[in-house]
Amino acid sequence: MAVAWYEIVRDVLKRHDVSLVTYVPDNVLRPLIEAIHADPFFTAFACTREEEALGIGAGAYMGGLRGILLMQTSGFATLPNVLASLSVPFGIPTLMMVSERGTLGEFNIGQQLVARTMRPVLDALNIESHTMTRLDEAEFILDRALVQAFATMAPCCFILSPLLTGGKIFAK
Amino acid sequence: MTALANHPANRDSAKTMNRYDIAKRMVGLLHRDEAVIGGIGYTNFDLWAASDSPHGRRPQNFYMLGSMGLAVPIALGVAIAQPHRKVFALEGDGSVLMQLGSLSTVAARAPKNLCIVIMDNGAYQITGGQLTATAHGADIVGIAQASGLAQSAWAADEDAFVELAGLALTEDGPWLIGCRIDNEKPKDTTERDPARIRDGFMRGLGSGQAGGRGSA
Ligand SMILES: Cc1ncc(C[n+]2csc(CCOP(=O)(O)OP(=O)(O)O)c2C)c(N)n1
Repeated sequence: MAVAWYEIVRDVLKRHDVSLVTYVPDNVLRPLIEAIHADPFFTAFACTREEEALGIGAGAYMGGLRGILLMQTSGFATLPNVLASLSVPFGIPTLMMVSERGTLGEFNIGQQLVARTMRPVLDALNIESHTMTRLDEAEFILDRALVQAFATMAPCCFILSPLLTGGKIFAK
Repeated sequence: MTALANHPANRDSAKTMNRYDIAKRMVGLLHRDEAVIGGIGYTNFDLWAASDSPHGRRPQNFYMLGSMGLAVPIALGVAIAQPHRKVFALEGDGSVLMQLGSLSTVAARAPKNLCIVIMDNGAYQITGGQLTATAHGADIVGIAQASGLAQSAWAADEDAFVELAGLALTEDGPWLIGCRIDNEKPKDTTERDPARIRDGFMRGLGSGQAGGRGSA
């Protein structure tokens, strides 16, 4: 039985046939990335930029393969141009999973500021987003949102709150 | 790989060719519904122009509207999704310089079915002809080789381009072909209807309207 948040994510992705995982790593995402690499169902690899990871996912979708991008909040901040000029106008259901930095104990002022740009950008582009805070809601949110993203051919962003993942702890 | 030994060592020793002419020659080699991704800039327009025919325009082309630099990543995604189809990325020098990391990602994934064609006019031509780094000595083929794309070469002339593209169609990739290009204007302008472009491309690739399963 899946108990950890990253096991739930892995299992729901599999159920929806989302098998291509492109990412720029983040420490909080590490257990998810490891769980995905450990499962031969997935094709997973690191990219040099989040834009590149998005482009690969877009091409794969048009070729009939479903994918998701994993990144940190600072990585999301590099994406508005390609979301606005590729995913949204072309109707490509770009799935994004962002580990949320910049809140609930952030120690890096750069992270704190860049995180403030994320939700306004998502709202400005009318992209559905879900902040995931609770283990007992995780499966429902992911399952329903993936159905909707593919049915409506619209991007969707899952924001993994420190309330769900534990976040990154300030280490002196 | 030995076939690549005869090709020019650098951009300066390659013939300056014409983008529309090269696009036309490339499209003329495609008989198996190969996918082609056109980046932004004039490369996109000349792909559009070169893909017209009395039977209509080839549907296996994708035309970006923005997302500068993403022709190679999009092509890599298609190549991963459909490993039995050959996939071409057509990109300008200014655009590829914006996403050089994608060359090393392609090298790391090593898709056998991917070929990157760089139309290098040494300029951001569509925005007014400002010089790019390739006009100052940056060598895209050299960068590609150093990124791990061993099968990268400059096309010495039009015949050499056709030979290299032919190799990409028959032998395992990934390939990168550098084409030194003049600054002539493109022959036409791509229609800007993204929903239609995406839908046509997906039908052209047989991946249906919404792709994947469970999409009713
Ligand atoms: C991120 C981003 N920066 C800048 C632009 C403006 N822009 C559009 S096309 C282009 C030049 C493209 O140059 P190149 O790829 O060499 O193609 P060419 O115009 O020479 O055919 C630029 C700078 C843009 N669309 N997106």
